[in-house]
Amino acid sequence: MDSALLIHRLHFAFTATFHYLFPQLTMGLAPLIVVLKTIGLRRNDETYHQAARFWAKIFGISFVLGVVTGIPMEFQFGTNWSVFSRFAGGVIGQTLAMEGMFAFFLESAFLGLFLYGEKRLSPKAHWWSAMAVFLGSWLSGYFIIATDAWMQHPVGYVHAADGSVQLSSFWELVLNPWAWWQYAHNMSGAGITGAFVMASVGAFYLLGRKHVEHGKIFVKVGVVAGCIFSVLQLFPTGDGQGKMVALNQPVTLAAMESLFEGQPGAPLVIIGQPNVDEKKIDNPILVPKMLSFLTYRRWNAHVQGLDAFPPEQWPQNIPLLYYSYHIMVGLGTIFIAVMVVAVLLLWRGKLFDARWMLWLLLLSLPFPFIANTAGWLTAELGRQPWLVYGLMRTADGYSKNVSAGNGLFTLLGFMGMYTVLGILFLFLIRFEIERGPEADRAAAH
Amino acid sequence: METLWFMIVAVMLTAYVVLDGFDLGAGIIYLTVARTSDERRTVLRAIGPVWDGNEVWLLAAGGTLYFAFPQLYASSFSGFYLPLMMVLWLLMLRAIGIEFRTHIENPVWQAFFDAVFFGASALLAIFFGAALGNVIRGVPLGPDGYFFEPMWTTFKLGPNPGILDWYTVTTGVVALVTLTVHGALYVAVKTENELSRRARGVAIMLWPVQFFLTCFSLGVTYWIRPSVMDNYRAHPIGLLVPVVVFGSLAVMMWAAPKGKEKRAFIASCVYIAGMLVGAAFALYPVVLPARTAAYSLTIYNTAAGHHGLAVGMVWWTMGVVLALGYFVFVYRMFRGKVRLEGGGY
Repeated sequence: MDSALLIHRLHFAFTATFHYLFPQLTMGLAPLIVVLKTIGLRRNDETYHQAARFWAKIFGISFVLGVVTGIPMEFQFGTNWSVFSRFAGGVIGQTLAMEGMFAFFLESAFLGLFLYGEKRLSPKAHWWSAMAVFLGSWLSGYFIIATDAWMQHPVGYVHAADGSVQLSSFWELVLNPWAWWQYAHNMSGAGITGAFVMASVGAFYLLGRKHVEHGKIFVKVGVVAGCIFSVLQLFPTGDGQGKMVALNQPVTLAAMESLFEGQPGAPLVIIGQPNVDEKKIDNPILVPKMLSFLTYRRWNAHVQGLDAFPPEQWPQNIPLLYYSYHIMVGLGTIFIAVMVVAVLLLWRGKLFDARWMLWLLLLSLPFPFIANTAGWLTAELGRQPWLVYGLMRTADGYSKNVSAGNGLFTLLGFMGMYTVLGILFLFLIRFEIERGPEADRAAAH
Repeated sequence: METLWFMIVAVMLTAYVVLDGFDLGAGIIYLTVARTSDERRTVLRAIGPVWDGNEVWLLAAGGTLYFAFPQLYASSFSGFYLPLMMVLWLLMLRAIGIEFRTHIENPVWQAFFDAVFFGASALLAIFFGAALGNVIRGVPLGPDGYFFEPMWTTFKLGPNPGILDWYTVTTGVVALVTLTVHGALYVAVKTENELSRRARGVAIMLWPVQFFLTCFSLGVTYWIRPSVMDNYRAHPIGLLVPVVVFGSLAVMMWAAPKGKEKRAFIASCVYIAGMLVGAAFALYPVVLPARTAAYSLTIYNTAAGHHGLAVGMVWWTMGVVLALGYFVFVYRMFRGKVRLEGGGY
């Protein structure tokens, strides 16, 4: 692999992976904050208002990091992927510019009101500002997903005389069926992160017997939302997304499963290490015929293997793709189990005393982040070797005028900067959790 | 259609500089004008609810530029690779300087973020000025429409200039002084007593420097690129722009010492807008001049397809009406002088 290509890919991958740790949290927390505020308003309960204010603070810190790490994403289309931008800007410029015009303005205007305007606004108006922030962050998500979905499954374009592609149908671009499934799957993934983080902090308070009233609210809202989102993540969103891949990128599906030979009644690999050289899975644990059933709803359906496609169309990094996909699915399954049990305990009124469950919730904190990251790795590695599926190869899209040395310089710069940001983030979040939801904002400043 | 989008992008970038300009300027005068902890919090609170929204204009302008002129976006962003990456790092540092400072009440923690906020604000002002200088001076575009500029070469305007040469450093300093005055006037408007007087003092003190630099930079611009006058000769109506620029400078000189900060601040907004509109007027229809004139990027060889541009006009109009609505609402919510009771910062 050309080293400039490798650097530019790592540059985008690293900054995107780090960036998405924050939006998944803010997009996940936003609806939960609206729920807390709604209950607070309905029951006129100050504890819920305090809970909402506490999560708004966490949201605020994460939002700042999401914004500052998000700006480089938009810039990198031009700086590191200029050939791609020239080629596809006439189409995906639409969705990226709409994100700025419709989502960013909405979000940033109302976040200021939401965080600093509670005393100036009526409770209803403050609720609406929370709603606007929620709407803005979810709208932002849609435009980004629509952009990625176009790269996965290009629609609504025509080839122009200069070799670029240009928009031919706005509605096809915005209503790309791939985008709807990917959006639903992605947003429920973000919801899982928000719910697990909320439940985990609540469990931390309950286990330490501090801020117990708030801890109970966090755990309750967290596990109910976590249960809903975990189930939605598998069905219908995960299932629908999987069918999209099976239909439009069959070689990707074969690589995700590391199915080297196509066969009727294909088995599902639960664990095992893909051995690309020998075209087999080492140490496999298989569920016979399961892959055929999951893909086509028929036990003996024929599933295409990698052998059905020429190797130059295979994703280059099959083992990483396979692991990402299996980590995502494995964790997703565990999330459902944890949350269903937690909701049953809640329903029987035993959850707050079930310390083993609270420990489980506390320790589950990092895993939704890992699962979401693995999911995105699956989507992006699975699209390889294409940058725009079937239209432009990744190797052709990077900025040929930016040398590997200059790229490495800024990649190292971002690594250093993001290490500092990450440490600051954890430090501040720890500080806010330590201070707790009862701390009065005004007195604290 | 291309011309319309050129105007839209120019107006959005101008809006960004006028709006984010005052909070960058507030950062530049922050250490010298706001001395006590309360004064610093007052300044932060004056920009706190709006700075992020102001910065969104940069993102929205960038997005619109990408959408309307993808070829320009690709060429300029990859060619200005290094300074843009540094702008990104500075924007990050500045954002965490503002937002993270207040979470922990500790003098060392706060002093550190105060310095970060000041340094990043001042460097950003210089970088933005130098960026504009690069665009006016022209860049070493090749026949393929790409270029790459190192940070500096010999500091002279040769065929292979760097991002920084004597001309772009000059425009950087112009931007630094302009935004310092702009921010000082904003702080003077939004605060009271000693703090407001000190901020106003900075604006009055720097006025002669700003006046001199304006004349000097316009002069050297004509000297290094005489073609900037072509559009003005062809359409003398454009000469209204320099009249507005010097008129607003005069209003600033007259209003600031009399304590009419609001008028002076508005004049400063008009001054900045005038300078930028004047530059856009001089460049049109070129959007990125090449050192070799034939390779220059214009609105015609960089624009997206016609269908896309036409569709964009529909949603862009809706988007900008909504955005302006939010802005009016938020600025009305936080109007008036900043006082220290209540939450935040």
